Amino acid sequence: MLDTILSFFKKKESSKDVAKERLKLVLIHDRSNVSPQFLEMVKGEIIKVIQNYMEIDEESLDIQLTKTNSEDGERMVPALVANIPIKGMKNAGR
Amino acid sequence: MGEVIVITSGKGGVGKTTTTANLGTGLAVQGKKVVLIDTDIGLRNLDVVMGLENRIVYDLVDVIEGTCRLKQALIKDKRYEGLHLLPAPQTRDKNAVTPEQMLKLCDELKEEFDYILIDCPAGIEQGFKNAIAGADKAFVITTPEVSAVRDADRIIGLLEAHEIRKPRLIVNRVRADMVKRGDMMSIEDIIDILAIDLIGVVPDDENIIISTNRGEPAVIDGKSMAGQAYRNITNRLMGQDVPIMDLNVSEGLLSKMKKLLGFKTA
Ligand SMILES: Nc1ncnc2c1ncn2[C@@H]1O[C@H](COP(=O)(O)OP(=O)(O)OP(=O)(O)O)[C@@H](O)[C@H]1O
Ligand SMILES: [Mg+2]
Repeated sequence: MLDTILSFFKKKESSKDVAKERLKLVLIHDRSNVSPQFLEMVKGEIIKVIQNYMEIDEESLDIQLTKTNSEDGERMVPALVANIPIKGMKNAGR
Repeated sequence: MGEVIVITSGKGGVGKTTTTANLGTGLAVQGKKVVLIDTDIGLRNLDVVMGLENRIVYDLVDVIEGTCRLKQALIKDKRYEGLHLLPAPQTRDKNAVTPEQMLKLCDELKEEFDYILIDCPAGIEQGFKNAIAGADKAFVITTPEVSAVRDADRIIGLLEAHEIRKPRLIVNRVRADMVKRGDMMSIEDIIDILAIDLIGVVPDDENIIISTNRGEPAVIDGKSMAGQAYRNITNRLMGQDVPIMDLNVSEGLLSKMKKLLGFKTA
């Protein structure tokens, strides 16, 4: 109920701003050629760094370019999300 | 030594052919020697937009295959001294031409003409590769729509990959009324996204359709807004510093009076 009242007062975003946001997101994908090669390169580098501190499960490491809510919750912003299962800590990390 | 400029867009129907015809005519009116090459093999249109469709004997592929001499295939526009059209064949396949052959042709034309404008087909396939092969510069056309800007971005990437540096942007079919009420991306929005230099903005203008009906490019029509926009781009292309046109159509009383009194606002 409160939501509907609030949304009544909230001005609707102009269609050109919606267009701009959508374009920005789609171009991030297009430009990075989110070719598997690009993500593989990023993945390789991340593994190298993390392995200095932790033992990770390389096989089930998952990394994707996706979207998430911005801090103010107003917009969607691009995000690189990595899911890295940890097997154990290395001595250096303690 | 002339300059070869390809007019390209990625997305179809955004105004490549219209722009090629208008800039070519604009340059000829300014006394330049110009050739327009239609590389849209199988879907030629530059001939009708220019009003030269009844004068075609030979075409681009005839020149490349040596069926005729280059001079024989160039249609001289009798209305504008120095303006020539090399039409595309209507009944051949895009693979009848290779990028190497286009490069050779462009190099030959550069010897004699000031400007060679290439009307590129839509898409990123063989026709695009042929069209850009001999180009020194590129103008990328877009409209203020998500799909057209997205395709323009892709084309900019491909041009750079083919070492055609610093392509310049033309935003076509802009509607000031829609931009004003926030329902169309503004020029600033588009430049912000594409991050390339702007060479011109062309309003959405019914005079384009009227002039295409007649086969007389709008650039020669002193009363057309789009015509003025194309004259401005022609001048910028020739190195003059011309401010970007103010497309505001909802004019105030003052500018209306100025117009009545014969002051030019565009
Ligand atoms: N500024 C404008 N105002 C109004 N109509 C326009 C404008 N620019 C282009 N048009 C119209 O849009 C249509 C497409 O233009 P044009 O043929 O130049 O596009 P194109 O990019 O060459 O298309 P294709 O990809 O099919 O070769 C035509 O009907 C033309 O008259
Ligand atoms: Mg065309």
